[in-house]
Amino acid sequence: MNPVYIAGAGMTKFGRSEWPLMQLASVASLAALHHANLGDIPVDGVVVANMGAARMNRQTALGSALVDQLALYPATAESVENGPASGASAVKVGVQAIASGMADVVLVTGVERMRVVNGLEGTDFVASLSHPEAEYIYGVTLPALAGMFARLVMDKFGVERKHLAMVAIKNHDNAAKNPYAHIQQTVTMEGILTLPEAAVNNPPIAEPLHMFDCCPVSDGAASLVLVSEAVAAKLGGPRVRVAGIGQATDTHTVHEREDPTDLKSVRIAAEQAFGRAGLTPNDIDVAELHDAFTILEIAESEASGFFPRGEGHKALERGETRLDGTLPINPSGGLKAKGHPVGATGVAQLVELTWQLRGECGARQVKDANAAYACNFGGFGNNVVASILQREAS
Amino acid sequence: MGNISELEVQMRPPAMNMPAYSPKAITLASGETMVVRQVAREEVPILLEAIYPLLWVERDFYDIVAARLFGELLAYKRYRAKDEYVLVGLIDGVLAGMVNGRLVDEKTGMSYHTLTIRRGLRVGSHLFAAKMEYHIEQVQQEEVLIVAESPIGFRRWMIEYPLEKRFEVQHELGGVPSWVLPKDVYYAAKPRLVSGHRPVSDELMKSAATIVLPEEETVVRQVAGEKEEQQ
Repeated sequence: MNPVYIAGAGMTKFGRSEWPLMQLASVASLAALHHANLGDIPVDGVVVANMGAARMNRQTALGSALVDQLALYPATAESVENGPASGASAVKVGVQAIASGMADVVLVTGVERMRVVNGLEGTDFVASLSHPEAEYIYGVTLPALAGMFARLVMDKFGVERKHLAMVAIKNHDNAAKNPYAHIQQTVTMEGILTLPEAAVNNPPIAEPLHMFDCCPVSDGAASLVLVSEAVAAKLGGPRVRVAGIGQATDTHTVHEREDPTDLKSVRIAAEQAFGRAGLTPNDIDVAELHDAFTILEIAESEASGFFPRGEGHKALERGETRLDGTLPINPSGGLKAKGHPVGATGVAQLVELTWQLRGECGARQVKDANAAYACNFGGFGNNVVASILQREAS
Repeated sequence: MGNISELEVQMRPPAMNMPAYSPKAITLASGETMVVRQVAREEVPILLEAIYPLLWVERDFYDIVAARLFGELLAYKRYRAKDEYVLVGLIDGVLAGMVNGRLVDEKTGMSYHTLTIRRGLRVGSHLFAAKMEYHIEQVQQEEVLIVAESPIGFRRWMIEYPLEKRFEVQHELGGVPSWVLPKDVYYAAKPRLVSGHRPVSDELMKSAATIVLPEEETVVRQVAGEKEEQQ
């Protein structure tokens, strides 16, 4: 397979936007194209990741729409819907196009505009990824699944609510340094857990998960420009290579898994990605994990191979995953505080990591970052894409 | 009342003997402390200044809440509402939000508005709870009549407490069928929704003595979200 590089990365600020869906997608795309500085090199293909536009924004065929919006004809156009893993799946499609030699430049954009519907509808929309007959009809929502998962993990490995709060505090701190983050508000252990006021400040959503354990519902878009080795050589500048991608699935229903606390799909996807990259978890300098709920950051940090099973919360407690730790996790603020426009998330994780590897993250820059890992967690772990990026000398 | 004309006396509503709201301090999720206290009539102009830019913010019904609250604050200042009171939440003296209401009679309160400027820290929830606390615990009323003018308010009050229907009563805010918070429901919800501590230290009270306004741009950005300034 031919090597694939990321020449440009851009995104909109996540949050609540008044912009129409395609305007969000266009702004992120233009930012990435500007970042790549392609000059007269044409874009061969466009891939758009999205989960809910057909339902929430009454728009389909987003790939074609974005080509038209940006006047990129006759570029090829695809739309990828793969639940919350849509973003990284779209990147995978773009990587495959270049790796196979079918394209030299592919624009991959993830976009979601969820705040156009109210919270109940938004929650119901996301819940539509669950099993229709075995989960959804019983009222299962993603917070409910995450709550049950958290309870099991806490019982099995001694994770406590204070550890969940530590994830929230860390990621809010990081997001406060990220101008693109939805929530730029730091929180404290006292304010969300230990003082009596915390009962009001941080109400239960799906026990043991409380409000500050859950990501916000966000609008936003993120975009990457993928290029072939020949184009990367022409462009010069910092070189960030897509070193490896892995993807794995698991049962649709969580309760069918032999051990629901074992994120098997994360483990397999990560192993594939590391194998293809020729790296190990020890080589990773910075990671973006899919912390739609705080418990997921802890569980994914173990399943990805960074810490032994049941030890993720201990590493967190030791400060290893902080911005100044040995393996900073979610320097962007993660889904928890940067926000989670579902279809954009997987792309946004790689945007952050590209900027990290290029040394462009300002106050949240991880020192000497050479290799980076992302976990885009679809469904409730039934479809996971793991990606590894690596900086190369230009 | 001071030296006012006989005609002015005729125009003012009769007043009950209202207890002053006992201030409290609440630690927010951010770790910041918000002082909740009652405001005097002479402090109304600065609140009007804070609300003014929100009159045209459509998001989350800020426009109608701001417009009605503007009138209610003027009515309070100029003695044109019976037994009205206004509470504010201040973080380091900076206005984070405000609530108001009035007493209908000894047993019944009427909730007017809750307006949050500093969003994302449940400031509105805390201030609404303080308002209910005032009616039920401090004035010792039996119930408070409440309506919501935004979906956020509906979720916070009608669903979270939860309020009971009193649809045969038209609320003063637009004649909307009213909901009610009876005393027993208030006390059942209190552990979940009412917090803060008293007494407030002299130092904190001093920090909350003068209301400081956030910049107008900050007010609008905080309540309306960012638009054109996005990257």
